[in-house]
Amino acid sequence: MSTTQNEASENGGADDLFAALPVVDQAASERLHAKLASRADADQLVDVAYRTIDTPVGQLLLAATAEGLVRVAFARQGHDAALASLAEKVSPRILAAPGRLDTVAREMDEYFAGARTRFDLPLDRRLTTGFRRQVLAHLPDIAYGDTASYAAVARLAGNPKAVRAVGTACATNPLPVVVPCHRVVRSDGTPGGYAGGQAAKRILLALESP
Amino acid sequence: MGLRPFEDVITTHGPTVLRVCRAMLGYHEAEDAWAETFLAALRAYPDLDPKANVEAWLVTIAKHKAIDSHRATGRNPQPVEAVPEGVGRGGTTIEDIDELWSALKSLSSKQREAVVYHHLAGLPYAEVASILGSTEAAARRAAADGVKRLRGIYEGATP
Repeated sequence: MSTTQNEASENGGADDLFAALPVVDQAASERLHAKLASRADADQLVDVAYRTIDTPVGQLLLAATAEGLVRVAFARQGHDAALASLAEKVSPRILAAPGRLDTVAREMDEYFAGARTRFDLPLDRRLTTGFRRQVLAHLPDIAYGDTASYAAVARLAGNPKAVRAVGTACATNPLPVVVPCHRVVRSDGTPGGYAGGQAAKRILLALESP
Repeated sequence: MGLRPFEDVITTHGPTVLRVCRAMLGYHEAEDAWAETFLAALRAYPDLDPKANVEAWLVTIAKHKAIDSHRATGRNPQPVEAVPEGVGRGGTTIEDIDELWSALKSLSSKQREAVVYHHLAGLPYAEVASILGSTEAAARRAAADGVKRLRGIYEGATP
């Protein structure tokens, strides 16, 4: 970019010739983005649609494929990093297109308001495989308001010795909050680690406690 | 490093591509061309070489969309129906944009493209040359001639 600018200034510069064109036209940009998002969606060109929502555990990134919700990320995990990883693992055709996430956002709002105890959403589980996927599949068995130890989840998943692997599966859960890894706690009853931070885990457990 | 999320491409290059479209097509036609450009870009994006110059790639697509638009509208300035209102900072209006566009239209297409791609989009002459299908020296000359001509038009216009 610097060579470009040097080249331009060598030529005496011509920026003044384009003074009529605003460098950034915010209103037009927003209008055009909305238009592009709806046309791209109609043409099935949006492989991953995303938006963010504000919640008691901070801003959450919500991303969905045509199949369903594929990723929920906490702010501390880095939304840009989460999107870059989706570009690599799913598709770079990623667009801020909030429409596809309307139902997810509404269910999240209801959940955080204490009005919803389970999510009723199509999920795209492609980001986890193998034993981790098996572990995560069992987490909805832990009821709202209840908790289970890492060891208990290892037994549920059919491999009682894999306690550490359960910890890893929870730590790398691509769909936190919706797939309730926050309900998995240490045997001594303390919350244990959480991708969204211990404070977020406490908030979720407190929200769900009867 | 693979490709960035397409949303980043829009954020980074969307404003520049809009300026290019406005310079090539005027205020009203520009928005359709912009949307067509990014829609086509999104379609082709997964096959783009991650090392490619994304701005040059977008400008190339925009050039073709502008040609399509010229064909559709027969190159005539579209009457401005809406009462011009401020479209950005610095008091620029739809009229100002269309005035610039009219001035650019009096250049040869090669001069116009060289000026817009280099001075407005900021592409290096090597990229401008490849979009124009000419040599770097020819692109440089066309841009210089174009700028001179534009200055002539503006100076002639001011009393």
